[in-house]
Formats: sequence, structure tokens, C-alpha cells
Amino acid sequence: MANPENLLYSKDHEWAKIEGDTATVGITDYAQNSLGDIVYVELPRVGQTIAPHASIGVVESVKAVSELFSPVGGEVVEINPLLEKDPAAVNRDAFGEGWMYRVKVSGDPAPDLLSAADYEKLVTTA
Amino acid sequence: MSAPDAADVVRGRFEPGATEPLIFELGHPGRANTYFPNARALEEFLPAQTLRPDLPLPDNSELDVIRHYTRLSQRNFSIDTGFYPLGSCTMKYNPRVNDAMANLPGFRDLHPFAPDELAQGALALMYDLERYLAAIFGMAQFSLNPAAGAHAELAALLIAKAYFAKKGEGAARTTVIVPDTAHGTNPASAAMVGYKVVSLQSDARGRVGVDAIKAVLGPDTAVCMMTNPNTLGLFEDHILEIARAVHAAGGLMYYDGANANALMGNARPGDMGFDLMHLNTHKTFSIPHGGGGAGHGPVGVAAHLVDFLPTPVVRKTGDRYALDFDRPESIGPMRSFWSNFAHAVRGFTYILANGGDGLTKVSQLAVLNANYVRVKVREFLDTPYDEICRHEFVASAQELKRETGVRALDLAKALLDHGFHAPTMYFPLLVPECLMIEPTETESKETLDAFVAALRSIVEQAKRDPQAVLAAPTTTVVGRVDETRAAREPDLRWKAPA
Amino acid sequence: MYAPHTQSDIRDMLETVGVASLEELLRVPDAIALGEPLAVPRGLPELELQRTISAYAAQNDAAGYTSFLGAGSYRHYIPPVVPAIAMRGEFLTAYTPYQAEVSQGYLQAIYEWQSYVCLLTGLDLSNASVYDGATALAEAAIMAVNATGRRALLVSPAVHPNYRAVLRTYARGLELEVDELQFCAEEGTSGLDSLPALLAEKRYAAVVVQSPNFFGCVDVPGDSTRTAIEASGTVLIGVVAEAMSLGALVSPADWGAHIAVGEAQSFGNPVAYGGPYVGFIAANKEHMRRIPGRLVGRTVDGTGKLAYTLTLQAREQHIRREKATSNICTNQAHCALCATIYLAAVGATGLRRCATLNVERAHILAERVTRVPGFSRRFGAPVFNEIAIRVPDGTSAAAVLAGLQERRILGGVDLGRWYPQLADSILMTATELTTDGEIEALTGALGAIASGAIGGHAAPISGEASVVRA
Repeated sequence: MANPENLLYSKDHEWAKIEGDTATVGITDYAQNSLGDIVYVELPRVGQTIAPHASIGVVESVKAVSELFSPVGGEVVEINPLLEKDPAAVNRDAFGEGWMYRVKVSGDPAPDLLSAADYEKLVTTA
Repeated sequence: MSAPDAADVVRGRFEPGATEPLIFELGHPGRANTYFPNARALEEFLPAQTLRPDLPLPDNSELDVIRHYTRLSQRNFSIDTGFYPLGSCTMKYNPRVNDAMANLPGFRDLHPFAPDELAQGALALMYDLERYLAAIFGMAQFSLNPAAGAHAELAALLIAKAYFAKKGEGAARTTVIVPDTAHGTNPASAAMVGYKVVSLQSDARGRVGVDAIKAVLGPDTAVCMMTNPNTLGLFEDHILEIARAVHAAGGLMYYDGANANALMGNARPGDMGFDLMHLNTHKTFSIPHGGGGAGHGPVGVAAHLVDFLPTPVVRKTGDRYALDFDRPESIGPMRSFWSNFAHAVRGFTYILANGGDGLTKVSQLAVLNANYVRVKVREFLDTPYDEICRHEFVASAQELKRETGVRALDLAKALLDHGFHAPTMYFPLLVPECLMIEPTETESKETLDAFVAALRSIVEQAKRDPQAVLAAPTTTVVGRVDETRAAREPDLRWKAPA
Repeated sequence: MYAPHTQSDIRDMLETVGVASLEELLRVPDAIALGEPLAVPRGLPELELQRTISAYAAQNDAAGYTSFLGAGSYRHYIPPVVPAIAMRGEFLTAYTPYQAEVSQGYLQAIYEWQSYVCLLTGLDLSNASVYDGATALAEAAIMAVNATGRRALLVSPAVHPNYRAVLRTYARGLELEVDELQFCAEEGTSGLDSLPALLAEKRYAAVVVQSPNFFGCVDVPGDSTRTAIEASGTVLIGVVAEAMSLGALVSPADWGAHIAVGEAQSFGNPVAYGGPYVGFIAANKEHMRRIPGRLVGRTVDGTGKLAYTLTLQAREQHIRREKATSNICTNQAHCALCATIYLAAVGATGLRRCATLNVERAHILAERVTRVPGFSRRFGAPVFNEIAIRVPDGTSAAAVLAGLQERRILGGVDLGRWYPQLADSILMTATELTTDGEIEALTGALGAIASGAIGGHAAPISGEASVVRA
């Protein structure tokens, strides 16, 4: 699946969609594909303040675990309630219904995030 | 899942290949066995608010209980029914005399709070076992307190932590070095004592390089955790230089005893420079695995760490034995009581049965069996570290996967159809599509030949008809299990139908 | 030696491998080669082996004594059906059921064990077992720390002293703080009335309470205490060191425990000088991802057939490594299997009757012992199968126990071993195995000791009767 042009990407295979001072965050299609069937997503708590690149959750597949590193910093204002019941949404639609949480961004939202094209290069050379 | 009708449950149960119902789906309230005499009413003794209102367990006749669990037993692989080539697990024969000895009334019915003077036999056995372990592995002293290998590993790291705290280096020494050939428990144990893990890559020979280890050593090094032979089945021939470097940096050397079956009478961790070690008595000394435990995990130390061993240890004064709890530097107890004593009896019985000469032979023949299988397997699968191995070796199905799409997992599942257990797979992580094979010394040449023939025929089939291998197993009571569903919709217990 | 190799096998195999001798096969650098035979005697044929090991067993004189010992390890009746099935080689010599297709029987048995633990504790889920009661408590404490992000624990002093000691061992590793409550000396309970004030700071990850507690007393929080626990977001860990009590007493879930841990040795496992036993951990479902160790789940195979498998393995050490919930690798599968077969055999009817007999025997014991002049119940709270007995003024628990031992009776444990202020009290245990005749022998001996008859006895009270601390 192509990496949408309107998103920014981290080297940890997360995406962020910046709209005003809010960022919606998820993992990339590349990440979900390498993890395999996702069975559980542990998300940060609403109200939690997170620093950019801090480990704030985990994604579990049947036999692998991957940490979530937030691409942006700020306060968590919403989590995707679907994922508790249906973590497979991340496999089905990593950039859409599989979004993970929203952050009210503090400071520069994306000093070191990549464009879709740069992220594409990262994963094809990996 | 909806509640099946009880009559249907029992009818369906006897059909060939049928699923065995749960014990909760069998039986009827009041269909009780008479084990106990009548008692007076609870309410005569205890206030009503302390009593539970209901006890929702099934009542089954003893025959139904026997039939149920006997049928379950038949849906299992075991050493008694087949060969396990499981690397790093040492699935050797479990002599029945060990169980008979553990079950002697003088051991079985001995209460842990029996006064020492009335438990002299048990204490003498623990003492003698400990002395033999110290002699076989070259350590100053063992404690039999930990309940399993990982538990002993935790004890060892707690000992290291207490040792550095006493030296005033507790705050500085915070890292544990773990090679990529280490068992998964190593980093998990390190985390439980608050240590950070530094991973170390093996060199091209599949060993820990002396320079590589020097590069990560520092004033923050607490412990270097290794096993020798390592999980590739290779002897770490530079172990003395590694130990010298770790000691020069002020760190401790820890020996993971999972692979001890390769060493007895040949070389001793104590002589290789290890300060701490654990044993999996259930591997090396033939204690039955019992489907995943109970284990038995003595922790051993060099002389400078003896004071930190977990309590209690058995002390001998003259010809009398006592449990010694009065050890102020000890890390404390690791478990409710003194040891997994019944397993200590089993391990001790095994040591006396073999003797020093026999144990030496055990390791020699374990290594012979592994090499015999290795040279036969390399005729049709890659063996990435192609040299004399110890008690186990690794093969890789990567080339086969590229050619046919058949992975290590598929080979393992197909072995089940040939009546063999799967080898250890995907471990160690540094070998792609890894199969790790440890035959143990108790398997005969004929059994090993049969195993190799089965594996060879599967590899040949993979090249001819990969789909057939991918479909395996087909002869087992269930096929490949939907693990994704198990994890996404956890069903971890029976619930009474609403 | 259990290896099947003939000399010609060895020769043939060496030739296949391409080495000349076993010694060459095992060559190691000279500096570490063991240059001498192992310092272990020559191996014994099985007949001599049995004689040698039996001689050790025969030195355990305790076998011939009448016993009122308990305190975390309990003698109970084990129906022969339990070992008869559990010792089948297909169970005994099976490996951990990682290969689900060839392990369905064991997996199902463990699923049944998990279900039994849930039914008995009243909680949502249980794991496949842990080492024993004490380590179950330590693991539960880590769960609570991870759930709350707090790093202090508040523990009742009436929790088994060995369990508290193990908790401290683990706590030192993780640098957790462990505080203890003041216990109520009249009732023998945990002094939970002070809890609301202590919890107000929201500093504690967990409160740990045992019921029946170490003194045998029912010891559960009242409504206002439970409200305070809930309000402070503290995890209530309920400890059950005598699982037999679950056949009669209110379940931990019903007295408010969020996590229940304990020891199930009483179900079909012998006392065996302390192990192996079988610890359990049960919890509310909110703790599902934090529960340590193996979990068996029910699912289907590729054809839709019901199947069992180890599940949620991403929590475990072999995948999550240093981020695992615990380093636990083994469970106590075979001991849990014994417990499961025991529970299946006795059923609800048998378990309730056996638990009731324990209550009855303990109360008869208490009543008869306190009829001996000078002996009284130390505490007032209701008890299950253990009772703290105060010895007459002017003597001590240790002296009375030594006197009993002279008469081939193990009268219980000396509470002064852990509680200096209770050096005048003995913890006595009765189970369904305790007969009227044994109680009579005990009371007769206590009467003789109390009336000073011991002074004229041939053997003086030994001052050396093993004084040990845990």
C-alpha cells in the first residue's frame, strides 16, 4: 500500500497527520505487514503527556512485540476505541480506521519527521 | 461457545477422533465419590458471613475421571512414546527409579517444618547432592533453593546485585552483557533486578569475540551472562580470556547451565572463570519435565559469593545436618520452602546411578549423538557452523525456503506426522530458519537413523511437493492451531452456561 | 548409565563423524580441561541404588511421629486415583506444550486447571500456575506495580512469614518499598482499620492480605476498608496459603481481592519436605496482559475443530525478553495436573466435605486442647484448620514443643520463631487426617507437660531443639 502524501513519517515506522495543533498517530502499513496478525494494542492514556520518540505503548502480534514510539510530543486527547475490541483494524487499514491516538501537539510538531517519499526510500533500502 | 447437551457430549466422546469434552461438561451434581466421612455442618463452627454460598465444581464418578484424564494423556507426545530432538532442552530418558525414590514415604510425607533432628536423612541428601554438584561443576557451593532454571538465574543476579552493593559499587554497576546466543530468560531476569541489557553479537565462528566483549566492558558492567557450549552447540574456546577481561573490568561471569549435559567430566564452569551459575536439574539430571514443570534449579557460586546464596543452605556440623537460615549477607529466600525436594531426590538418585564415570560417559555420548546426527543432516540441510559440535547443533532451512517456500516451522510440523517431536525452532535468533537439534545420550543409533531418515524424506518431499509439507501435520488429533484467534479472542477458562 | 550404546555403535558412529575417539570429540583447551576423574563415586546398579537412597529416607525419624504441623504445607488425603493417572508417562515425561498439535491433552488439562482456579477464587482468569504460594505473591506484587505505576507495597504482618520474606527478596531486586501493617493482638487479624488513612496518599500499588491468615484466622477487609481500597486505586492482593479453605470460606473475589494468589499443594500434592508445590495466580480481566507465565487458551484448528494452545505469549520472556512481565519460564504443570485430577475426583461434594472436616477437626482440637489447664486460644477470630494456642504461664512454646517431641508428637510450629511477642504460642493444624486418638495423645501429653511431669521424665527437655529463623 502506498504511503499517503498528506502524512509525515518517523524512522520508527509511525505516521502522524497534523491538523492545526492536533496530530493523529498510527503505525505504517509497512510496520503492520512486518508484524503480522496484530492481536493487541496498548495505547497511552488520555490526558497523558508524552515526549517525542518516547516509548508510549506496544503492539503485539501472535509471536512478536513492538514498542510504539510517539512521533510527536504533547498531550494525548483521544485514543481509538475500536482497537481494544478489534486490533485487526491496524492490519486492515493502518492509515485509516487503524489510527491509534490523537495528541494536542506542543512545540514544533515535526522537526525530524519524513515525507512520504523519504519514508518510502527508508523502507525500500531496509 | 454454547453449552452442549450432556447426553450429546458423552455420545460424541467415544467416536474415533472425537474431541474430549471438558471435565465441567461431564458429570452430575451429587455423583460423588466417597473419599471422606460425614462432617458436622459448617454453620456449627463458623459465622455464616465467612462461608461461601456456592461451590460450582462438577461431581464426577471416579471411572469418568480416570477415563477423561487417560484420554487426555493419550493426546500428548512424551519421551515415553517418542523422540524429542529439542535443542537446549535435554529431553533424555527419565528413569523410573528416580520417581520411586522420590516417593518413598520417608521423603514424600516429611513436613518442611519437621525439626532438623527428625529430618536428618533429607538434610544429608540435600547436603550430599550439593557437594556433588559443586564437584561436577567446580563451584564453591550451591543452594538448592530456587525452583527452576530461570528462578536460579534470578537468584544469581540478585547475588551479583548484593555483592556489588556490599562493595559500594551498587549504583555504578547497572548493565548485564548478554550474547545473541543467550536464552530469552537472561534479559528478562536482568530486568527483574533492574539491570540494563547490552546485547553482544557473535563473531563469524559463532562465538563471543574477546575484542567484542572488551568493547562493551566498562565500570558499569555488572555481569556477563554466557553459556558454554553456547546455543549453537559450539564450545567457547576463548572463555578464559573473556573471563579475564570481565574480571579485569570488575564484573562477574555467569554460567547458564542449560547446556551442562555437554560438559560433565570434561570441563567445569568454575575452571573457566565463572563466578555464578545455575543448573537445570530437570535437563542434565533426568528429572521429568512433567509438561512444563516443576523444575529444579540449583544456583552455584565461587568462594567470594558464598555468603550471598539464598537461604536456607544445609550446614553440616560433625555428623549432624541443619538448615542454616542465619546468613546475614544472604539475598534471602526465593520460595516458600527449602527446595523442590522431591526433585532433589530424583537428581541425586540419577547421580548415584551413573557415578562420576557414568556422568563423564553421559556427556561424551550426548556429544557423539549430536555429531552423528549433524553429519547426516548436513547431507540435505545447511549446517551453518560446520565443525565438531557439542551436545547440540543448528541447521538452517533458509535455502530450502528460498527454493520451495517450506520453512523451518513446516519441517517441524511435518516431523510430527512422522512420529517425531519438532526440534527447537527459530532459536538462536542469529541463524535464519533455524532448527536446533539435541538428541541426548539416551537415544540409540537406530532411533537417530530413523529420525534422520524422516527429516530427509520431508526435505525431499518439500522439493517435490511443497504443498504437502505446508499442510502438515495431518495425522495429529488437531491440525495447525489458529493462534491469532486464540490471542485476539482470549478464551482462558470454562464458564458455566448462562 | 542409561545410554544404549554398544561398543560397536560407538565405533561406527565415531567413524561416521570422522574422529578417532570420544576424547578427541570433546577436546577443549588444555587450560580448562578437567585433568582428573569427577569426584563422584562409581555408579550403582539399581538394586544397590535403592538400598542406598532408602537408607537416607529411613533417617527421617519424623515419619513415625504424630503431627500437627501445617503453616503453609498441609497433609491431606490423596486419593490413589491422583498419582495413578498423573504418573502416566504421557503426562510425566511430556515437554512444555509448545507444539500444540501433539500436546492437546496437557493443554486441555491446564485449561481445566485455570478454570478450577477461577471457579474457586471467583476471579476472571488464571495462569497455568507458578512455582509456589510465595513466588505467586511476589509476581502479583509486580503486576500491581505495573498496573499502578506506584512502587510501594503494604503487607499484613499475618501473611505467611516465608511469603513476606520472598516478597522482600524480589522487592530488593526491583527496588520496591515494602511496609507492614500493625496486627491486632486480640483478634489475630491484620489491623485493617488503619488502612483508609494509610491509603489516602495513593502511594501503595497493593495491599496484601491473607485469609485464613498465618494464625489460621479468617482475616478479610470490611466494607469501609474495601471502599477505601477502591477509592485509592490500590490493588487488593488476597493470599490463600491453604487452598482447602476455598472449599468452605468466602472466595477472595467476594472479599474484594483484585488478584488472588496462593498455594494449591493441598489439592493432591504431598508435603515432600517443601516441594515441588503449585502456586496459583488469578486476577480480574483488566490484568490479563500483566499476568506472568504461561496461559492456555481455547481456539480452533484450520478445519474449525476445537483446539487448545499456549496463548498471549507476547507477554512472556522468550519473546519480550527484558520487557517481559516476568522471567518465569517453567510452570508447575505436573503439580497443577495433580491438583486438577484431585479436584475432578473429589468434586464439589467431596471438596466441601473435606473442607468441612478440616474445620470440624480444628475446632475439636481447639476445644480439647483448651480443656487442658493453662492452655488457651491466643486469638478470637474464626479459624479454618489452624489455631494459635497459648501455653501456660512460665513456660514457652519452644519448651512445650520439645516436651511433645519427647513423646513422639510434633505439636505445631512455634510462633515465636517469627513473632517474638508470640513466643508463648503454638500454631496447631488439624486436617481431615487428624484422628480423635491423635488429639487425645496430644492433650494427654500437654497435660503431663503442664503439670510438670516432664521434670521426672528420663530425658530432659532439650535446649538444642533446632532453633531456626526464616
